[in-house]
Amino acid sequence: MDAQRLLARRSFTELHARARAQALLDPGSFRELIDPFERLASPWLPRQGIVTQADDGLVVARGLLDGNPAVVLAIEGAFQGGSMGEVSAAKIAGSLELAAEDNRQGIPTRAAIVFETGGVRLQEANLGLAGIAEIQAAIVDLRRYQPVAGIVAGPVGCYGGMSIAAGLCSYLLVTREARLGLNGPAVIEQEAGIAEFDSRDRATIWGLSGGEQRYRSGLADRYVEDDAAQIRQALLVCMRAGRPGRCRSERHDAFLPPLSQADGARPAEPAEVIAAFGEELRA
Amino acid sequence: MQTLAFTFPAAAPAHGRALAGVVASGDLEVLLEPAADRHISIEVTTSVEGMERTWAALFARLFAEPTRPAVRLQINDSGATPGVVSLRIAQAFDALAQEH
Repeated sequence: MDAQRLLARRSFTELHARARAQALLDPGSFRELIDPFERLASPWLPRQGIVTQADDGLVVARGLLDGNPAVVLAIEGAFQGGSMGEVSAAKIAGSLELAAEDNRQGIPTRAAIVFETGGVRLQEANLGLAGIAEIQAAIVDLRRYQPVAGIVAGPVGCYGGMSIAAGLCSYLLVTREARLGLNGPAVIEQEAGIAEFDSRDRATIWGLSGGEQRYRSGLADRYVEDDAAQIRQALLVCMRAGRPGRCRSERHDAFLPPLSQADGARPAEPAEVIAAFGEELRA
Repeated sequence: MQTLAFTFPAAAPAHGRALAGVVASGDLEVLLEPAADRHISIEVTTSVEGMERTWAALFARLFAEPTRPAVRLQINDSGATPGVVSLRIAQAFDALAQEH
């Protein structure tokens, strides 16, 4: 990116969740549900001496995409690592369930989820995990009617149970800054040792789980520059394309053979992963 | 975690409400809502304990003159410095003014 373009663009990754939702929806159509002034914050964090955020780090935005009814669910990565607690997870799951109900009533509501999350909020344990399971079930329900697009922009990335939720989306959009993985680098190093994964080696982290790698190995469908207008445009293109013939999770047969041939005795190299999987796995 | 409360005299009640900031490390969230009487009533929840005098001094300086509209001001703080706190409060009052 040259200096002129760098100055002209509006970074998406630098925006907070509410501004991200506004940037994605048609101009002027943003309307927030369960906003911060309803103070539906986590009931569990204060009991553990942790300051809450009034919206529990989750923005539910109704609005339009290309003039069609839509809901955007944007996770605030700066609050508690974008972790999914009882309230934030229920806000996502409940919104997706209502969007599916809209479709059964003839209203073609589609959904976009901005994933910026380390996964479950450890302080809320099973309630967060149950919430993530509900999100996953709701994605699978809604994607039968309309596309559910996931966006991983960074810098937090998308980890844990929410990486599975991202994998269930009809389309997954990533930036270069994005990271996507089941376990985060520090967890892998802690459990398997530094020889397996050095969590301080940024080149390795992005080389194996970064947005570009996930796109080239077919685990993401669109690779987008960190620019709010371009990300919105890529989202609209996916929505116009409609539901993919088969979602990634319905094509698991294609992913299993390369996985079974992988040599688990040594750490994987980025180039091997790209060669083993590949762009034919994209939606 | 500690919760603190303060009250200062203010101008006529605000219309509308405003939000600024997020509860990120070194940052804070400010929520403004109209108050019925001519007071700014502040409730602070902060992750840093024992800083009552710093908060009191900051608010005393910001709200010494009753020029700001009467609001209920809620702060959720995650270790912001007084400079950042002033900035977010100013940002929230600006957003409130721009609503009209």
